[in-house]
Amino acid sequence: MKNEFKVIADLIEKDKRVLDVGCADGTLMKFLKDNKNINIRGLEISKDKVQKCIAKGLTVIEGNAEKDLSQFPDKSFDYVILSQTLQAFLNPELVINELLRVGNKAIVTIPNFGYWKIRLHLLTKGTMPITKTLPDEWYNTPNLHMCTIKDFVHFVKSRNFKIFKSLALNSENVSLINNSNLGIKNLFADLGIFLIEK
Amino acid sequence: MNTEINLKTLIVKKPLKLDCGKTINNFPIAYETYGSLNKNKDNAILIFHALTGDQFVTGLNPITNKDGWWSYAVGPDKAIDTNKYFVICSNVIGGCMGSFGPSHKDPNTQEILGTNFPVITINDMVNAQNNLLDHFGIEKLFSVVGGSMGGMQVLQFISNFPGKAKTVIPIACTSSHSAQNIAFNELGRQAITADNNWNEGNYNTKDTVPNKGLAVARMAAHITYLSKKGLQEKFGRKLQEREDIKFSFDADFQIESYLRYQGSVFVDRFDANSYLYITRAMDYFDLGKQFKGNLSDAFKETEAKFFIISFTSDWLYPTQENKDIVIALNAIGADVGFVEIESDKGHDSFLLDVPDFLNSLKNFLDKSYTEN
Repeated sequence: MKNEFKVIADLIEKDKRVLDVGCADGTLMKFLKDNKNINIRGLEISKDKVQKCIAKGLTVIEGNAEKDLSQFPDKSFDYVILSQTLQAFLNPELVINELLRVGNKAIVTIPNFGYWKIRLHLLTKGTMPITKTLPDEWYNTPNLHMCTIKDFVHFVKSRNFKIFKSLALNSENVSLINNSNLGIKNLFADLGIFLIEK
Repeated sequence: MNTEINLKTLIVKKPLKLDCGKTINNFPIAYETYGSLNKNKDNAILIFHALTGDQFVTGLNPITNKDGWWSYAVGPDKAIDTNKYFVICSNVIGGCMGSFGPSHKDPNTQEILGTNFPVITINDMVNAQNNLLDHFGIEKLFSVVGGSMGGMQVLQFISNFPGKAKTVIPIACTSSHSAQNIAFNELGRQAITADNNWNEGNYNTKDTVPNKGLAVARMAAHITYLSKKGLQEKFGRKLQEREDIKFSFDADFQIESYLRYQGSVFVDRFDANSYLYITRAMDYFDLGKQFKGNLSDAFKETEAKFFIISFTSDWLYPTQENKDIVIALNAIGADVGFVEIESDKGHDSFLLDVPDFLNSLKNFLDKSYTEN
């Protein structure tokens, strides 16, 4: 299981109710179910990935986060997870609002467009950056709204959401993000992980 | 159709009060079982059949000498694995394969009931079939499964008996018959009653039966079970055993010949009055209405795990109607999974060899069973 999922799993206490939005093949869901006794649900748009979740015995609903989150009642989950998908929505703000309506807390991870390799790529090559986290070409990427860790922190603050924890991930290293190191983390982390509440 | 073949039948002694107000008792329910019930009696699956189905789910149907209607899904090592599970299926009341229906005789007058048979509902069907659980001494089914009208019965069953199933699988169905659904059923009923042989439902007293009307009803319904794309790919404008059109009303096109064939084989196995009664029961189905318009309330007493399946090309019970059930369940935090299967085979997809569907069904059942 990738490091990002381990970090997310560590943010969640045992026996909670969790919704994984864009749960893909259910790797994280399965881990949470088996290791933390989590009552876990998934929402996934890809039919193939839904099949993979069913084969793992996971409860998954085929659907689109931008339309289908509306069917869940307010605060019906302790945590809602959104892993590296925020940038792919037509309206990320709407999705964030929905996550925070449906869940008591949301865990959102974003690929950091401020990562130094990305900056360097654009600076030296002058073409759209391609990295391990962002492997697609500009013309076939599903990502519509890339942002940096700094952008996301500014956005969350501007909406008066509470940030419980901000973590920077760079391959194996996890570190805390705070006001004083934001600039550094924004340069050296390729992934940001945020635990937020409305 | 009453036949010479010995059907397994349970005579229900307990009176059953029907939605129409009448009470029936000492009535037969014809059923079939597959696999064996384990010691704990926790491996039983109750399958509900669709409009023209019967209790012969899989293997050879002794009446038609054809494969059972769900042979693709049910049997040893199949999605509903009869090596593992004990499968029960019964003919619905109102039907014509041995359960109490309009072709039965009135015990007092010895006359065939015909349209004197009471109008029944999906609720009545389910309440009648619940007697099978007592018969087998099953307190809780492992699963209730059904497609189309079978799915409606699944929804009604878990609403009526919230503690009697661990998992619930409604497939390609709806919680309430739409105007379009009712319209197609009405077309079928009008075809039957317009046949002079129908004779207000008293045809069994004569040797003539309304086969023409019933065949037309089946033909019209059959179109609704397929998709435009499926029909086009299979038949297109292909001609039936001829080089060119004949400038007549003969079956020039293969699709015409196919529909005529579907109509003709159907009348051999189905009773026209049963068709009227069962389509009426489907039209009357509106589960939300039973709970003052709040569908979620139909399920609030159950802790069962739901798995809802729809098909992309099903325009009779389209994905959105299946999703409405998912939405109602999510609104009360029920354990519900949902998948829409890609298929060009229309509503009939659930009866056919659609691997993604059969795999989903198998995986859901087998994984849920090991969680026992």
